[in-house]
Amino acid sequence: MKKKAIKVIVSAVIVILALYGLQRLLMPKYMSGVVEGAMIAEYYDEEKDHDVIFIGDCELYENFSPQVLWDEYGINSYIRGSAQQLIWQSYYLLEETLSYEKPDVVVFNVLSMQYNEPQRETYNRMTLDGMKWSMSKVNSIKASMTEEEEFLDYVFPILRYHSRWNQLTDEDFKYFLNRDKVTFNGYYMRVDVKAAENVPEGRPLSDYEFGENAYNYLDKIRELCEKEGVELVLVKAPSLYPYWYDEWDKQIEEYAGEYNLKYYNFLEEIDEIGLDFTTDTYDSGLHLNLSGAEKMSRYFGKILTEDCGLKSRRGEEDLEKSWDEKREAYNAEIKRQQENIEKEKTEE
Amino acid sequence: MLFTSYEFLFFAAACIVLYYVLPKKFQWKFLLLCSYIFYAFSGVDNLFYIVFTTVSTYFITRKIKSIGDRQSLYLKEHKGELDREGKKAYKAVQKKKQWRLLLLCLFLNIGMLAVVKYTNFAIYNINEVIGWFGSDNTLSFLDIALPMGISFYVFQTMGYAIDVYRGKYPAERNFLKLALFTSFFPQLIQGPISRFDDLSLTLYEEHRFSSKTVSLGLQRVLWGYFKKLVIADRMLVAVNALIGEPEVYTGAFAFAGMLFYALELYADFTGGIDITIGIAQALGIKVTENFIRPYFSKNIKEYWNRWHITMGSWFTDYIFYPISVCGPMLKFSKWTRGHMGEAIGKRIPVWTSCFVVWFATGIWHGASWNFIVWGLMNCAVILVSQELEPFYRWFHSKVNIGGTLGFKIFRVVRTVLLLSALRMFDCYRDVPLTFHMFGTMFTEWNWGELFNGSLMNLGLSLTDYIILIAGAFIIFMVSMLQRRGSVRERIGAKPYPVRFAVWFGLFVIVILLGTYGIGYNASQFIYNQF
Repeated sequence: MKKKAIKVIVSAVIVILALYGLQRLLMPKYMSGVVEGAMIAEYYDEEKDHDVIFIGDCELYENFSPQVLWDEYGINSYIRGSAQQLIWQSYYLLEETLSYEKPDVVVFNVLSMQYNEPQRETYNRMTLDGMKWSMSKVNSIKASMTEEEEFLDYVFPILRYHSRWNQLTDEDFKYFLNRDKVTFNGYYMRVDVKAAENVPEGRPLSDYEFGENAYNYLDKIRELCEKEGVELVLVKAPSLYPYWYDEWDKQIEEYAGEYNLKYYNFLEEIDEIGLDFTTDTYDSGLHLNLSGAEKMSRYFGKILTEDCGLKSRRGEEDLEKSWDEKREAYNAEIKRQQENIEKEKTEE
Repeated sequence: MLFTSYEFLFFAAACIVLYYVLPKKFQWKFLLLCSYIFYAFSGVDNLFYIVFTTVSTYFITRKIKSIGDRQSLYLKEHKGELDREGKKAYKAVQKKKQWRLLLLCLFLNIGMLAVVKYTNFAIYNINEVIGWFGSDNTLSFLDIALPMGISFYVFQTMGYAIDVYRGKYPAERNFLKLALFTSFFPQLIQGPISRFDDLSLTLYEEHRFSSKTVSLGLQRVLWGYFKKLVIADRMLVAVNALIGEPEVYTGAFAFAGMLFYALELYADFTGGIDITIGIAQALGIKVTENFIRPYFSKNIKEYWNRWHITMGSWFTDYIFYPISVCGPMLKFSKWTRGHMGEAIGKRIPVWTSCFVVWFATGIWHGASWNFIVWGLMNCAVILVSQELEPFYRWFHSKVNIGGTLGFKIFRVVRTVLLLSALRMFDCYRDVPLTFHMFGTMFTEWNWGELFNGSLMNLGLSLTDYIILIAGAFIIFMVSMLQRRGSVRERIGAKPYPVRFAVWFGLFVIVILLGTYGIGYNASQFIYNQF
């Protein structure tokens, strides 16, 4: 009997370890090319004592640099951003984040209000796979799943990625156990330049009204912040595309007015920020590059300090030390990217 | 709830666990509950049909039995009063009553099946006829959804009713037991078509948990998923591409499609039955085997004794024999012998019965002329080969090759090719197109194109083809080993590390190579639609 029990236990351990190992191997590592899938998980390694938490899509993680906020205002911030982060994903990420820490300010980018229902599985994965298991993750999965998706595929990602066995690369083995960081406190850095030319006008929509579901989650974000005593700041980042309609802007203004929230549409403050879309974007105006993001962050840091009353935390020894290390990595990445650009230019 | 869905895996796992956890006296009742829950997943409305079949069959067969009981009682009570002729006359009257009841049962249930399955086919044919007369007044098609597995459970239950009528066994007294026989969930959607006296031996029994039984059952389930997910659903991609563009994929491609479909259908249907039988086995229930290595058959008749065995035997027992020995057929036989001579006269009734059986087999598979022609072509091949039997005997007496391995392989390959060719009727949209595509194999000599990379344009990569070839080879090797007994039991006799490696290895193969999930969406089992 004892022998049989040992046999069963040993077999079970082998099965679990083997399947877990296979699963880890088969899951995309997002270490090159599309790195957005690696962003969400990076937060868990952080010391969770932030003054500001950003939640939202690429308009946050490519347009705001927490390093600048620290260097110039002493604000300790983190961006919990992911590609095409839908508003319910933002809500559950916020819920999860607030279970770890209580920032003074939460900044939410309102572009995702345009989506009222689940969109694409690929983007869902990039937001959800990196989250640690909690009720927030469970609810976020349930809210995000498209019709083709199955909850079980999130519980056991091997069922989703099983067919990657013939697409495995060196990267999958190299990052089997640990992955590199791809962001700087959630900021995804790009130093290259691609000027914005001929930015298309938004095509007319049949209905400009934000959906009920989107409003519902905006309410939830607001209520959660109220409950936790965190100030919610709504922003529209200065990305020229996807197009931000006046009708959408008006709805957000009304909402902010109704609930006494701060709302900044930075598209209307491009000159004040000092953005030049011939030099401050790397993809023709969709996202800012390092130069643009740093300008944006300087401008926003002033708002956080003056309008939201955030105090500088420079001088806190541990924080200083941590940000010094981050600055080193930040500068090294700038150098690496600049060298690559130079190298490419030379090759051309 | 598809066999390949997560819901089904959870459902089946929960059923097996609870089945053994519950007090044994509740086991079969629990299975009934599970079966109805399973069926309700296909649509709550569908429950009407299965309940109708169960209720009508129960009451009618009970009535048939009560007539039989009353007859026995009457004859016992009037033992001395009735002479032989009197008894015979009384029995004939009672038998007639039972016969009418059986007809009512068949009429209600086969009628229900006919309405849901064949109404639109009938309308289609009526419209075609109307069209021939130049009229535009066509009938509208009805919006009738075919309830899942109706062809299987109606046939299974009607087999039971006929057996009760024949006095093979008494009608089941317990309504719920009959309900379980009708709806037993593992075999509900694609068979096998079980017999009551066979399935009931273990269906209602109390079963103690046995790790060996459950393991053997689950091993078979795993093997079924290997066939379905790794082979059939992968092959389906290429089959769909080939048959989806018949104007492009002619000649050698039609031949490739024919062989691909043969492999897909085999892996799909036998895989599904492996899952069915495996789940039943895990529950301690023995379900009749439906396949015995059919692609090893040396002729088409043998093939039909080894492929979808329970359907074949159903048609034989409940259609072929009754038609062959019914009064009108015996009279017809007498007439043909008298007018056409003994040789032809004795054959015509057999041919007629055969024709009816294969027509029914064809239309049972699907409401279309493709299936009817497919059935009749099978009939023709069987009858021709039967009639050529004396020639074969003469040939083998002159040329002594019958016992050679080469000739055996030739016969097997010939049978597989013949059956695969007949199955082309499953693939193409109508009968003329099927004949045309078959013809292109001989008229368009584009065989070289099969090897110029064109097969890579069918949605499968080289890796997929390698997996398919390896998978087919594994199935072939397992079939070879099965000829000497159960492969699972032989593996079971090996040391534990070997057993563990084999089954865990197969599990990993199914997980990694299975065509399921996003981007794949495992297809329904082909036989679900019947």
